[in-house]
Amino acid sequence: MSKKDHSQLHQHEHAPDIDKVSGVETTGHEWDGLKELNNPLPRWWLWVFLACCIWAAWFVFQRPMWPTHRGVENYTQFKELAESQAQIRARQNAYLERFSDASLDEIMADAELYNFALAGGNAVFKENCATCHGTGAEGNIGGYPNLNDDDWLWGGKVTDIYQTIHSGIRDTAHTMETRISAMPAFGVDNILPREDIQTLTDFVSKLHEGEDLTAHAGYKIFQENCATCHGADGKGGREVGAPNLADEIWLFGGSREQIFRSIYNPRMGMMPAWRYRLDENTLKQLAVYVHQLGGGEK
Amino acid sequence: MFKHHVFLEKNSIVLLLAIIVTVLIGGLVEIIPLFKYETTIEKVEGMRPYTPLELAGYNIYIREGCYNCHSQQIRPLRDEVVRYGHYSLAAESMYDHPFQWGSKRTGPDLARVGGKYSDDWHVAHMINPRSVVPESIMPTYSFLMHREAATLDSHKHMKALRKLGVPYTDEMIEYALADVAAQAKGEPTYDTTGLASRYGDKVKARDFDGQPMIVSEMDALIAYLQVLGTMVDFSSTREIDPSTLDKMPAKVKAK
Repeated sequence: MSKKDHSQLHQHEHAPDIDKVSGVETTGHEWDGLKELNNPLPRWWLWVFLACCIWAAWFVFQRPMWPTHRGVENYTQFKELAESQAQIRARQNAYLERFSDASLDEIMADAELYNFALAGGNAVFKENCATCHGTGAEGNIGGYPNLNDDDWLWGGKVTDIYQTIHSGIRDTAHTMETRISAMPAFGVDNILPREDIQTLTDFVSKLHEGEDLTAHAGYKIFQENCATCHGADGKGGREVGAPNLADEIWLFGGSREQIFRSIYNPRMGMMPAWRYRLDENTLKQLAVYVHQLGGGEK
Repeated sequence: MFKHHVFLEKNSIVLLLAIIVTVLIGGLVEIIPLFKYETTIEKVEGMRPYTPLELAGYNIYIREGCYNCHSQQIRPLRDEVVRYGHYSLAAESMYDHPFQWGSKRTGPDLARVGGKYSDDWHVAHMINPRSVVPESIMPTYSFLMHREAATLDSHKHMKALRKLGVPYTDEMIEYALADVAAQAKGEPTYDTTGLASRYGDKVKARDFDGQPMIVSEMDALIAYLQVLGTMVDFSSTREIDPSTLDKMPAKVKAK
C-alpha cells in the first residue's frame, strides 16, 4: 500500500467530511454515492441506558438472584405474597372472625354475614363449580345436576348442601366419609332379563305423566327392584341420593335409550370432596351461595 | 468518553476479545447458579416418580402440545393462590423432564388439577370440551379413547429418566407393565398391592376412561392429570402459614 493510498484511507480523520445537506460529519464510508452520517447516540437515550445498567447491578443485590444471596432485608416473593394476603385478610377480618364462628343457621339469619357469604361464594363458584355445573349453575346432561331447581339428590337444606360440598359424592379416592351409593347394573350383572329392563324403561318413562300405572307390567318389577331406593312412587330417596324418577328431570338424559342404559349399565356421578381444596369458610360461603340459587330448602 | 468505541470498532482482534469477555460474564451469571440448583429444590415429603401409566400420560401431554396452552406453575401471587391453590414448589416438578412450567395460559393452569374434576368429566371434556364448558376453545381429543397407550416401552423411558436422576428402582422398572395394567384396571379386577408397595398408597388405580377392555391413551392422560399437584401433602392448599416463609425457599417442610 503506497503512502498516498494510506493517507487517502484515513483522510476523514484529518479533514472531516461534512455532509452538505445535514451539515453532519460522515464516517467517510461511501456506497454508490450514499454516505453514512456519524450521528452520536441521543444523549437522553444514552443516559437512560447507563442508568438502567446501574439499576440492574443494584437490583441483583437487592433481590435473591444468586443461590447464596438472600437479598437486602431478606426479600422473598413468598414474603411479598404473605404480606399481600395479610392485607386482604385484614379487610375480610371485619366479617371473617364472626363468620368462622357462626353456624350455617346463624349466617342465614344475619344479613351482613349472609351477603358476605354470597359475595365470596359467587367468586369461588365460578372458579371451582362452574366447570361441571355450568356458569349459571344450570347443570349439564351427563351427571351434573342443575343447582337452580328444587330437585335435590342428597337434600336441599343448607346443611345438606354443605355436607355434599364438604365430603363430596363417591369421592372414595379422597375420603370414605363421602356420600356413597351405587345403583346395581341390572343388565350387565344379569340381575334382570333384557325384556324386563325394556318393560321397566317404558314404566319409568311414563312415571312423570302422573297416571295410575298399577296395571302396567313394569309396576311389579319396579316395586321389587327399584322401590327400595327410588320409593314406591318413584319420587326418589335422599338418604341414598336416589334421583326422583317422576319429575322429568334427568341426569343422563330422558330418552328411552338413555333410560334403558341407565338401568342396564348405570352411570353415577362423582363430586370431589372440596374440603381438600377449599378452606372451611369458603365451604360455608359456597353452601350459602348454592342454597340461594333457587331451590334451597328450609 | 463516548469516542472510545472508535478504537474497538477499528481493531477487530480487540473487539473479538471484548465480545468474548462479555459473553463469558453473561454465561457465568447464568451457569454458576445451576451448580447450586439443589438449594432451590425444597425438601418436601410425598414426591414420588410417576407410575408407568402416569408417565405414558405425561408423554401424551407433551406429544399433544398441551403445554402450548396450559402452564403447570402457580406463581406466588395472591390472585393465583386464591384461584389455583398453593403456589408451585420447585420440588413438585423435580421429576419432570422436561418441566412443564410456563407463562402462557390460553387455558387454565394445570399444576393442581389432580382431583379437581371427576374422571367422567375429563373423558367428556377430552371428547368434546364444549359439552361441559360451552365457552371453551380447546380442541377435541376424542381419538385418545381409541388408541392403546404406548406402554410396552415404559421400562425404557424409566431407565432413561433414571439416568437423569429420577429414583426409579430396579423393581419399578421390572414391574412396569404389570403396574400399568394394575393402575388402569384397579380393584377388584386387579391386585394393586404391588403397585401400592412401589409407589405408595395414594396411587389412584381405577378404570379412568370407563372402557374396561382397553388401556387407552385416555386412561394414561387422565391418570397423569389426576395426580398433578397432589403428591405433596399440604395441610391446606389455600392458606399459607406465614411462619414457614422465613425458611423459604430452602427448607419447605410439607406436613
